[in-house]
Amino acid sequence: MTKMKRRAFLKGSMAGSVLAIAVGAGLLRPTQVMASQWPDKAFKARNLADAVNSLYGSSDVADSKAIKIRAPLQAENGAKVPIQILTDLPAESIAVFVKENAMPLAGRANLRNASGFFSTRIKMGKSSDVVAVIKSKGKLHSTKLAIKVTVGGCGG
Amino acid sequence: MARKTKVRTRMQDGKVEVLILITHPMETGLRSDKKTKQKIPAHFIQTLDVILNGEPVANAELGIGISTNPLLGFRLNSAKTGDKLQIKWKDNKGESGTINSKVDL
Repeated sequence: MTKMKRRAFLKGSMAGSVLAIAVGAGLLRPTQVMASQWPDKAFKARNLADAVNSLYGSSDVADSKAIKIRAPLQAENGAKVPIQILTDLPAESIAVFVKENAMPLAGRANLRNASGFFSTRIKMGKSSDVVAVIKSKGKLHSTKLAIKVTVGGCGG
Repeated sequence: MARKTKVRTRMQDGKVEVLILITHPMETGLRSDKKTKQKIPAHFIQTLDVILNGEPVANAELGIGISTNPLLGFRLNSAKTGDKLQIKWKDNKGESGTINSKVDL
């Protein structure tokens, strides 16, 4: 009898840990429950598709001509590449990805009462496409720009 | 540790642009010290909030792909000279800062 109870207990605790693993793996996406939480998984994603999927929970992204990336086509210093993203779409958020970086997601701006604009300076390991993904009315739009880098900015 | 910060506002394309500069190493955690061969721990700003007259208008989630001494720009829908502007940021080591400024066009 005591043996049975022990079995049941083990089973129960295992179910609990499965849930914890699911949360850890991002299956339950706690980041979506708490919007203010920093999206750790998206920032650690190793390729563009994973990063977009992890950040927005969807990879259904449409190319858009309504987004403009303003940046130098040739950057001398990959450690500081100035970049501006502009859009006429009613943007809820603007995310910046560097496709060839080890971890593509550079940052995301969430706009509550601000116009479709975000500017920053990004690090680029080597020449790469820079991809801007914009969420507007629940849909994802993106555009990209190839930037050449003479000296990379991610090594040590 | 107090960090050097700068907040500037200007009119750009008919909108009020806010430019924020924070002196911060934005260390990736991927580099190692050339002499000791030890990894330099990551140290970077993770979140930044832009608050206009007490109302959050925008925020940013940042990663290690943002350059050292990050410069961030936002364009506000409506703001006028004298409006209170507050910037709050936090990094991965729990360090944080608040900058109080004003819209000055």
